[in-house]
Amino acid sequence: MRRRAPALGAIGLAVAVLGLFPVVITDPTATSIAVFTVIFMVATTSWNIFSGYSGYLALGHAVFFGSGGYAVALAARDWHFKGGWDVFALLPFGGLIAALIAVPVGLVALRTRRHTFVVVTIAIFFIFQLAAFNLGFTGGTSGIFLPIASFSAATYNNPFYYVGAVILVLTVIMSWAVRRSRFGLQLLAIRDDEDRALGLGVRTRRVKLIAFVLSAFPVGMVGGLDFYFVGQVYPQFAYNPLFDVSLALMGFLGGIGTIAGPLLGALVLEALQQYFTQTFSGSGAYLIIYGALFLAVILLLPQGVIPGLAGLWRRWQTRDARAAPAPAPGALP
Amino acid sequence: MSATALLQAIVDGVLTGGVYALMAAGLTLIFGVMDIINIAQGAMVVLGAYLSYELSVHAGISLLPGLVITVPAMFVLGMAIEYCFMRRVRESDRTAMSVLVTFAVAIVIEGVLSAVYGVDYVQLHASYVDKSVYVLGFYLPWIYLIAFGLAVALLAGLYALLYRTRFGRAVRASLQNRTAADLIGVDVSRTRTIAVGIGVAVTAVGGFAFGATNAFNPNSGYDLISRLLAIVILGGMGSIGGAMGAAVLMLVVNDVVAVAWSPTWAPLVFFAALVVVLSVRPQGLFGRVGARAQ
Repeated sequence: MRRRAPALGAIGLAVAVLGLFPVVITDPTATSIAVFTVIFMVATTSWNIFSGYSGYLALGHAVFFGSGGYAVALAARDWHFKGGWDVFALLPFGGLIAALIAVPVGLVALRTRRHTFVVVTIAIFFIFQLAAFNLGFTGGTSGIFLPIASFSAATYNNPFYYVGAVILVLTVIMSWAVRRSRFGLQLLAIRDDEDRALGLGVRTRRVKLIAFVLSAFPVGMVGGLDFYFVGQVYPQFAYNPLFDVSLALMGFLGGIGTIAGPLLGALVLEALQQYFTQTFSGSGAYLIIYGALFLAVILLLPQGVIPGLAGLWRRWQTRDARAAPAPAPGALP
Repeated sequence: MSATALLQAIVDGVLTGGVYALMAAGLTLIFGVMDIINIAQGAMVVLGAYLSYELSVHAGISLLPGLVITVPAMFVLGMAIEYCFMRRVRESDRTAMSVLVTFAVAIVIEGVLSAVYGVDYVQLHASYVDKSVYVLGFYLPWIYLIAFGLAVALLAGLYALLYRTRFGRAVRASLQNRTAADLIGVDVSRTRTIAVGIGVAVTAVGGFAFGATNAFNPNSGYDLISRLLAIVILGGMGSIGGAMGAAVLMLVVNDVVAVAWSPTWAPLVFFAALVVVLSVRPQGLFGRVGARAQ
């Protein structure tokens, strides 16, 4: 029980920071960055439930992000939502649509493994993007506008932030529950050796599909949240290849397969990216800095920041033990 | 739809397929020798195109002679990227990590190109690029004929290099079993560095063909990489002949659908065909299970 105490303290501190952030920092630029950061923290955590635990690198989660966004936008328009807290009630609907889409996508994509799986997810992603451009009900290139939220201008960002924070807490709990369950162990077994897991009686196909669908749901919800915040959903933004890669980058940066890793990766990368975009917009400089930083992290901490720093910390802690000469075996005291 | 339009679409598809095969050759070679998915391939094609552009506009060196400079330059760049980044990736999860490392390389290349050239679209021009020849009722643009010829020659050259030379044997040995290759005296690290260099050098030619047939800007790499990956996976990753076959097949499908149905839906058919083929044959059309295809 004593070992748990620091972990509980850290969780309490994190939740307090999450809850109090917009109270302490009221600058709209900062809170708008915070909204996007929370959205990416949800999406990366949720991506990690599938890709991190199962080891299958999915590069098509923008399908769920965009589909959730379109579902919420279409529902808000056709059911005449006024624009306020009511639209937030549609977010689970967006998540549901994303999860429903994940079933056939998963059935097709999960027939393949390794590189082929990566490419199949990319190909399916492009099918959705092209469909969004060309189908009638998606509004084509200009997309669909969402109702404008009726919040007061000074604290306009806060409702979006808090709704995102609630989804974040729920998603982290889901990730934690999966990780601790028998189901989570089956996923980890698939990551380590799929054929052996199958031989030991894990129903690999079903386990993978369930994880894939589970990981689509929160992404669809924050997709709806993101486009409600932005006010519009259109194809190249809803189905954005950079979104696909960003989740993988954030996951790997923090350390995939862990619970805190994707949170930290998304927190650092999304905040940094938003900041760079606003500071150096229009020139290639921000891309160069971003790419170079990213390369440096991969090469210096190839396991991700959390496992990498944990390894360094352990080495630092055992440093004294190793430095001290071990007593000769068999020596008399 | 007339039979002539259909035939023209098939001819166009075959010729454009040559251009895509040139761009995909480096990707399949680097995968074949390193087990690395090079997401930076699209950015490298665009970089090759900008090198040709720089030479033709500012140094007055025409495109084809310019290849004598751009190919070695890209060869050196490829070796540098392998030496600095790719070889640092751990063996255990190399495929996943390689996606990230090469994506970061792509971001840096895109950033440098945007800083130097901005976002305006440019295209490569030369007398032999803009003319067409009229054969048996079809207009065949010279640039596509040149690109197709280059594609056939280069892919044949790569095939000969990999399967008919001592160096090629060393490359294949170091992929199959690194320890065993080390033991029989192959310098695995050096072999891989040179092989990646060759893959990137070939991409310089792909960049020339791309830049002469399309208007491009520093962001053009993103549209390319999905199609190139699709071609390489469809052909069977690491298979050099497969890349050519898949490129021609995909572009013919694309162009025929564009004529027969509608150009807006043509790319969708392209990706849908890919998904269908791969869910039936995960190793690709020309790939073999468990072994590297020739």
